[in-house]
Amino acid sequence: MFDFFKFFGKDESSSKNIAKERLKLVLIHDRANVSPKFLDMIKGDIMKVISDYMEFDSDEIDIRITRVQNEDSDYSSALIANIPIKKMKKIGKNPG
Amino acid sequence: MGEVYVITSGKGGVGKTTTTANIGAALAMEGKKVVLLDADIGLRNLDVVLGLENRIVYDLIDVTEGTCRLKQALVRDKRFDGLYLLPAAQTRDKTAVSPKQMQDLCNELKEQFDYILIDCPAGIEQGFKNAVAGADKAIVVTIPEVSAVRDADRIIGLLASNGLPYPQLIINRLRIDMVKRGDMMNIDDTIDILGIDLLGVVPDDESIVVSTNKGEPVVADDNSLASKAFRNIAKRIEGAMVPIMDLETDNSLVDKLKRLFGIGKK
Repeated sequence: MFDFFKFFGKDESSSKNIAKERLKLVLIHDRANVSPKFLDMIKGDIMKVISDYMEFDSDEIDIRITRVQNEDSDYSSALIANIPIKKMKKIGKNPG
Repeated sequence: MGEVYVITSGKGGVGKTTTTANIGAALAMEGKKVVLLDADIGLRNLDVVLGLENRIVYDLIDVTEGTCRLKQALVRDKRFDGLYLLPAAQTRDKTAVSPKQMQDLCNELKEQFDYILIDCPAGIEQGFKNAVAGADKAIVVTIPEVSAVRDADRIIGLLASNGLPYPQLIINRLRIDMVKRGDMMNIDDTIDILGIDLLGVVPDDESIVVSTNKGEPVVADDNSLASKAFRNIAKRIEGAMVPIMDLETDNSLVDKLKRLFGIGKK
């Protein structure tokens, strides 16, 4: 039922969601003082390493530096990589 | 021994001065001894927002330069028992005072007051450094707009590197109607992005403009939502557990039905 209300009440393209997404992107760079090129380099290297173990869509990979809350409610920066897996490769399951 | 709070935002025009004035007045209404320190040298405004502009004799720079004693520069607010203003100089600039002098001044004020609230100037330069130098705690004011939230995030980082790692957030001028339409970031969106603890939410309220026109803090007016929000913030500063006002839920059955049939406010 909640989702049903949400369906009418909120729209993915509502201006606040656009604002939020734009802010998230701009703050990644503001916070880490990191250039998009730097993140692309990290992304490329991570892809190189994991491509032996699994298949994934390189456009779906989301890598960002963000502020996270720890268990003791401190905040710190973290590198978050979200990599949806398409398929595991055999070698990943049974190395050797 | 009092506590020194700096009220800051990075961006100008989000309501630092109004927030400082109203939290100060609300704390005074709770029986505390409070001094409001205007650190915006050259662009002072706390005096007009409080309606004390005609009672200024000496200012902050007169104190730091030794032209007068601290006590002589403090303007007592006759409407709120225990509320005082230490005005900024209007004819000088931010370099007229140093972080060390501000620290010393805060330490002196701590001995006489329960709360010292510093109204920080906009920006991240000398004025900001002066304002945070003597502070024990920081409050970040923002409005739910991209430019203000971005600047708030920058300020949170700068506060951390100035020894104030746990600032608390006030979301000011929240438009409930726009939040309901999905055209303004809501409380959760803003906290989610900034990642700091919430101290309070102040709804956009015409009574703020009216009270500022008259030079009266809005907390003196019992009826407005903004007034209640500021008084709640003051209570939280004193350590009381006051829940955030529920501004976003549609409580009426009619609204719920309208949304159910998709004809309500989006």
